[in-house]
Amino acid sequence: MYNIALLSISDIKIVSIVKTYWSMLLLSLGQTMLLTLLSLAFAFVIGLVFGIMNVIKIKPLNFIATVYVDGVRGVPLIVLAYFTYFGIPMFIRSIGFSGFRFTALTAGTIALSMNAGAYMAEIFRAGIQSVDKGQMEAARSLGLGYGKSMQKVVLPQAIRTMIPSIINQFIISLKDTSILSVIGFPELTKAGNIIAAINFDVFSVWAIIAIMYMVVIVTLSRLAKKIERRVNVGNER
Amino acid sequence: MLETKGETKILVKNLKKSFGKLEVLKDINTEISSGEVVVLLGPSGSGKSTFLRCLNRLEDITSGDVYIDGVNVADRKANLNAIRQKVGMVFQHFNLFPHMNVLANITLAPIELKKMTKEEAEKKGMELLRRVGLEEKSAAYPPQLSGGQKQRVAIARALAMNPDIMLFDEPTSALDPEMVGEVLAVMKELARDGMTMVVVTHEIGFAREVASRVIFMDGGYIVEEGTPDEVILNPKEPRTIDFLNKVL
Repeated sequence: MYNIALLSISDIKIVSIVKTYWSMLLLSLGQTMLLTLLSLAFAFVIGLVFGIMNVIKIKPLNFIATVYVDGVRGVPLIVLAYFTYFGIPMFIRSIGFSGFRFTALTAGTIALSMNAGAYMAEIFRAGIQSVDKGQMEAARSLGLGYGKSMQKVVLPQAIRTMIPSIINQFIISLKDTSILSVIGFPELTKAGNIIAAINFDVFSVWAIIAIMYMVVIVTLSRLAKKIERRVNVGNER
Repeated sequence: MLETKGETKILVKNLKKSFGKLEVLKDINTEISSGEVVVLLGPSGSGKSTFLRCLNRLEDITSGDVYIDGVNVADRKANLNAIRQKVGMVFQHFNLFPHMNVLANITLAPIELKKMTKEEAEKKGMELLRRVGLEEKSAAYPPQLSGGQKQRVAIARALAMNPDIMLFDEPTSALDPEMVGEVLAVMKELARDGMTMVVVTHEIGFAREVASRVIFMDGGYIVEEGTPDEVILNPKEPRTIDFLNKVL
């Protein structure tokens, strides 16, 4: 009893690691968030473009969209990351741009955007197809063009049904950023690697990293649930 | 109804339409003049709805020509959006936009197509809602309306573009019986105002009362056409007689 009372809080390993490395941990968490948000913003656009290319009645566009989605989904993210970070710059150097290279952030954003973009394209395709065909017909019969009908009538309805899937993709992509530690991007998992190499208490280090991911993801998914509920209330009107 | 025949609004020549190997329209020829109310009758699968949907090319035309105010919509280069602005359409399942309120449903096309300013479109929208008796529902959302109300809003939405032709694709088929009357009443008023209308319906009473011409279709052909008295009361073709015996 006496001993426990005398134990100061910094004697607990986890706390001492946090105390020593808090700025590094927070900075790397910020990098994780930056990479996630950047990639998802691009993935949204990629998904929108390829999703529409998939549902539009023009065969060559359907084909391109299918090749993209199947192609990217068929490659593990870690391979895509290596290919983007090492492979593509080497190819660009070989055609005369000597010294060309991507920063880890650029390569990471490209790889993750392409990956999440393929999944987002499928989310958009399913969302657009879930909207009754009569909606597009009614809009077209009024004289609105395909683009305007899509923008004003179909997509607003599609996106409501897509929200849970988009949130899900956000969480998956956030966790996938850890894979980009392999190309040296200083995100949270990379920080874990570095700290574990200095401080041999790997149990404590990885527990901290895991808890940090968990807190962020649980917070975000709770927030997302709230947004989802609010949008659905609007839907019932 | 109209004594003097107006100018030709719709001219259909050798129209054929196939879905894959299934030929749904097998050579349709007809001409519809300004102010006519043409009712298309026929058993299901006879091609009435497909014919109607070819008129504003919601269905691609396999062969033949469809002239709307002299413009051939079968032409690949035809400006469909411009033609469709002059041809309103009302659907069996209303197809109102559920994420917009009633007034926004009506004003969307006039505003987006820059036909009117927002103020003009809203003023016109309220006028149309008054005309269909739903002024007080302007801020309601489609899921809050009854079927009959939805269809009346859909008619107002189609009228907002000031079309000179209106197409009705079984406008009362999805309605509860007690709501059919309110929709037909709006359509009758439109007919009285001189709107050129093409109506696919199973409402024989409406056809007798309002139609200037009845076209009976079966198997992808026009079997018989004429005034309601000719086609409905004194049909000549066995297929028409057979059909009318079943529905009357």
